[in-house]
Parts: sequence; structure tokens; C-alpha cells
Amino acid sequence: MTMQAASTEIASRTAAIIDEMKGLEGPLLPILHSIQEEFGHVPKDALPVIADGLNLSRAEVHGVVSFYHDFRAKPAGRHVLKLCQAEACQSMGSDAVAAKVKQLLGIDFHETTRDGSVTLEPVYCLGLCACSPSAMLDGEVIGRLDDEKIEEIVAEVRS
Amino acid sequence: MIPRIYVPADSGALALGAEKVAKAIEKELKERGVEAKIVRNGSRGAYFLEPMVEVATAGGRVAYGPVKPSDVKSLFDSGFLKGGHHKRWLGSPDKIPFFAKQTRLTFARCGIIDPLSLDSYKSHGGLNGLQNAVAMAPADIVKQVTESGLRGRGGAGFPTGIKWKTVLDTAGEQKYIVCNADEGDSATFADRMIMEGDPFVLIEGMAIAGIATGATKGFVYIRSEYPHAVATMNKAVAIARKAGVLGVNVLGSPNAFDMEIRVGAGAYVCGEETSLLNSLEGKRGVVRAKPPLPAIQGLFGKPTVINNVISLASVPIIMDRGAAYYKDFGMGRSRGTIPIQIAGNVKHGGLFETAFGLTLGEIVDDIGGGTSTGRPVKAVQVGGPLGAYFPRALFDTPFDYEEFAKRDGLIGHAGITVFDDTADMLKQARFAMEFCAIESCGKCTPCRIGSTRGVEVLDKVAAGIEAEKNLALVTDLCNTMKFGSLCALGGFTPYPVMSSITHFPEDFKPAPARVAAE
Repeated sequence: MTMQAASTEIASRTAAIIDEMKGLEGPLLPILHSIQEEFGHVPKDALPVIADGLNLSRAEVHGVVSFYHDFRAKPAGRHVLKLCQAEACQSMGSDAVAAKVKQLLGIDFHETTRDGSVTLEPVYCLGLCACSPSAMLDGEVIGRLDDEKIEEIVAEVRS
Repeated sequence: MIPRIYVPADSGALALGAEKVAKAIEKELKERGVEAKIVRNGSRGAYFLEPMVEVATAGGRVAYGPVKPSDVKSLFDSGFLKGGHHKRWLGSPDKIPFFAKQTRLTFARCGIIDPLSLDSYKSHGGLNGLQNAVAMAPADIVKQVTESGLRGRGGAGFPTGIKWKTVLDTAGEQKYIVCNADEGDSATFADRMIMEGDPFVLIEGMAIAGIATGATKGFVYIRSEYPHAVATMNKAVAIARKAGVLGVNVLGSPNAFDMEIRVGAGAYVCGEETSLLNSLEGKRGVVRAKPPLPAIQGLFGKPTVINNVISLASVPIIMDRGAAYYKDFGMGRSRGTIPIQIAGNVKHGGLFETAFGLTLGEIVDDIGGGTSTGRPVKAVQVGGPLGAYFPRALFDTPFDYEEFAKRDGLIGHAGITVFDDTADMLKQARFAMEFCAIESCGKCTPCRIGSTRGVEVLDKVAAGIEAEKNLALVTDLCNTMKFGSLCALGGFTPYPVMSSITHFPEDFKPAPARVAAE
């Protein structure tokens, strides 16, 4: 697909999402979530379409997208692994868990492995504080991480 | 009667393998040709026993836990469908000490009923409060909530009834009820548990709030880190709408109330009420200056009640049993019950609902059973990332809004994180500043810049560079942040920092021996 065609495609799919959700009170966040679900990230080419559709300036839309940690500017890996780094997990050694995962995957937080298999992110609390340290792999929650579970997770994202 | 097996679908139970246990039970039932119904309940909150499987027997429910998928075969062999003995047998859940010691008002049904069965909800006292409310004048509902002494469970502790009265007394064509379910504090999971385990109680509480204040529309703003809570709440709202609990005629009355579930996008600061309102409106989650109060100019500039999940979920029982019943629990100006969330390095972690007034020591040592590593408790952070670290010397502090304030702490959303003696309090103080820097909305200078400078100065202390001078600088910076920040993020970050410095000074002293050894 040429660049031009790709951007037209993004624009038309974005416009369809906006049409569907425009009637909501305060529609911007629901729209951005839907766009991210559709494309895996919030493409730059979607921003002017949103601005037009909601009668906002491009700067306003950019301001909102960039404010929230959840919205990605580029696609993530095939898997997304979030490791909780908040206090309750710290008390149970989340530092060591993070160090081990980083070493096994060869990446740091906010990075994706070269083969595109996994993106690693810190998260500040998954509400699993009585079974820490915890993680979330593609929306699936995992508690009481230990070496065995970490190795299982790494094997799963690598396969 | 077909036997009923309860396997929690609560996130905490799922994180410990409940899904695999449910699958294993399903498979075993099939292979043995036994008919039984698997109910996916919420969690009762004892995470050290999760996944806790229960079976309904003629003599009441019998619990087993923590159950591993590999236990399932032998559970069937021991006749667990009739409550037979097994190494995971716990007996009647009501008699397990962790549950027996609790006073469950808000969480009365959580972990017991099928979260998505309205019939199950009703048969356990659900909708009684709303039924009473639709027959009352709005001012009388507000009066009852005020008299109950209920205070905001999100952390600020502001009297719920007074907030409602302001909205009731403010004229407006459209008013809103907003539920703050952006439970971002580490050590807290009460909101998540209630949304996953008893979603109708929140819906009922919001409908009562709507009728009491003249608001016809509600929003629940749930953080994106809680996908299971989002899914359960969406399903529950659809069921409530279909059953006429929500809609143009709430329970057949002339009152209209409907609601929507909205999902956050990973910003901690959106747990602050004004930034949450901006986020709901589709803006950056930047804090608004107060006044105007949200009760007067809130969502889209309209009069808005914004309450935490637990505040709203505590309203149905107040409307059902009366203000005096609720007020009778507690101490001082902290009335009713509080779901304490015991987390971190603790043996018996979980949710413990009780009247205000237990001491911190009772909570950590007696109920929590000390650390899970078996080492001595060094510090307990009470109230999430913005709460103070308490040493053992302050374990006689009763769990009460004012008593904690007197000791330069706060109870916040009632989460407590236990740390053993390996904790480095300088590292914890630094993290508090770092977290504030990551999550600051950027609107006010003390928070935005102060937090970054705080990290730098604490790094100097850690490196042994003019430690005394730099600690004085941190203290001064904390003072500026506390009094100069617009909201609790910058304003309360000094609590964990200063409490660490005050109560654990040895961790901030230069360690020449350590440096030399490295």
C-alpha cells in the first residue's frame, strides 16, 4: 500500500468511529480508545480527522493524546507485558522482577524487542496488591510473580 | 437440586489461577458425568486463600483454598460437592477467622452472590435502599445520608451528605452523578472488588444519589488497568436498565436515572476529582482550581456529585437500615465501617471491612499476621503513594481520619502496604518524588518542578553529597509542595518523603562503610 492510500484508509476508518461515537457526552476519550483498538495505536493521520469531526484544533487533540500514558504513537509488539512497579509490589521485590525480565528480554521499559514480539512497560498498580508482585500480559492478570512464572511468561511471549 | 460450585472471577483470584481451576472443575464434571452449576462469584477478599472455591451444601457453604488446578481431581475424590474433607478444606467461610472478625456492611454480598444476577442481589437485601429512596423526598434522602456520618471514602473524608445537599440546593437543568473509580493508589483494590463482585450495589447507590440531588445522568470513570471491572460494570448496567432499575422510571417511580461506564487512559492524576471531570469531558486530565466546587460547576459546568465507589456503594445499606444503624459503628467523627486493604509484604493480605477504630498494630500483626517473608515489619505505608510511612512506634494509632492526621498521616482510601526490614526508606522517599514527577498533570509549579528537583536532591543524599544540607533542602521543598500545590498529588507527596526522613533517619545518613566496601 502506498503512503497516500494508507493515510486515506486511516482517515476513513477514523471517520467511521467518530460518526458512531460523536453523540456521546465528552466523546474524545472513547473515540481515542476505539481508534487504538482498531489500529493498535493512535496514528498521526487520525488526529486531523478527529479535530475536524469534533470541531477542535489539532493542537487540542494532540494535547489530549499526549497527556495519557495509554495512547501509543506507534504500534506495540505482538504482546504487551506490564510489570507493576508501585509500592505494594516493591515491598515484594518488583525491582528484582523487573531486572530479571529486562535481562531475559534484552530490553528496558518502554521498549519493544527487535523481533517485535513484546513491548515492556511499567504500570503503577493493577489492584492486585495482596498478591504482589504482579503483572499483566495482554490483559491477563498474573500475581505472586516468581522466577518460574517469569520464565513462563518470557517463553510465552517469545514463542 | 443441582450442586453449585463457586469459583471467583475476581481479578485477584484470576491472577492466582482461578480460571485454570474453573476449567479443571468443568473438565472433571464432564468426565465424571456429574451435573453441577459453576457460579463465577467475586472474591470475599482473603487473597491468601485464593483461589477459594466454595460449594453450597445442605449444611451451608463449604470453602476450599487455595485451590490449584492439580487439586481438583482429588477434591472430587474426597466428595467436595458434599463438603468432604481434603487438605484444602477450610470449612464454613463465615467461621474462618479472617471473615468472622469483620463487620461487612458495604461488602455484605461481595464474594457471596453471583455478581450479574439481579435476583441473587435482591435475595440478599439488594434494592431495599433504592426502594425506600424512591418513596422519599430528595431532602429527606440527603438528610439520612448526612446523619449516617458517611464521609468520602476516596481519601478526603468530606461528609457525603453535605456534598449532596450543595448539589440538591443548586439549580440546574442537568445535574450529574460521577463515580470516581480511578482507584490508582497502590495497596487499594476495594473499588475493583466491589465492581467485580457486587456491581449492582454501586448502581443502586448512584441511582439513590441521582434521586436525592435531581441528577438524571451518571458516569462511572474506571481506570483502564481494571479491564475486568469495566466488563462487569458494563454488563451490570445493561441488566439494570433492562430490569427497570435504571431508565426513565427507576423502579416504576417518576424518577429518571441512567448511567454510562467510561474508561480512563492511564493517568494517575485523574483520580483527583477535577482532573477526572476534565478527562470525562475529553480534555487533558489537568486539575482545576477550586472554587468553583464541582457541586456547583462540575461536569460540563453543571452541578455534579463526585463520589468514590465505596462512598456510593455504602449508601444502599444506609437507606435500607437507617442512618442510626450505620452511625452506630465507628469512633469519633469516623462513623460506619471502612474496608481496609492489607497489602504488600504481609502474610494474610486482603480486604478487611470493619468499624473504624482498630489500631494499626492490630491490623498489621493480628489480622495481617506480620510479613510474608517472616522478617520483622519495618514500615507500613498507610493511604497509598501519597500516604505516610509509619514505624512500629506508631502502631497504637487508631484507624480514624483525625487520629492519623494528628500523627502527620492520612488513611486515604484505606490501603496499607507492609514492608519488612529490608526496605530502604531513602529509596521509598525517592520513589514518592519520582512517581509524582511521572504522574504530575503539569499545571502547578511546586508539583511539576518540585518533584523532579526532589528526586535530584535525594539522589545527592544517597550519594553522600552534603547530606545534611541537602536533607534540609528536601524538607524546605516538601514545605513548598505541601502548601503551594493545587491538588493532593503535589500536596501530599511530602507525606511519604517527610515521614521517611522523620521516622527512619538512619536510612538517610551517609554510609561511608557501605560506599567504601563497594
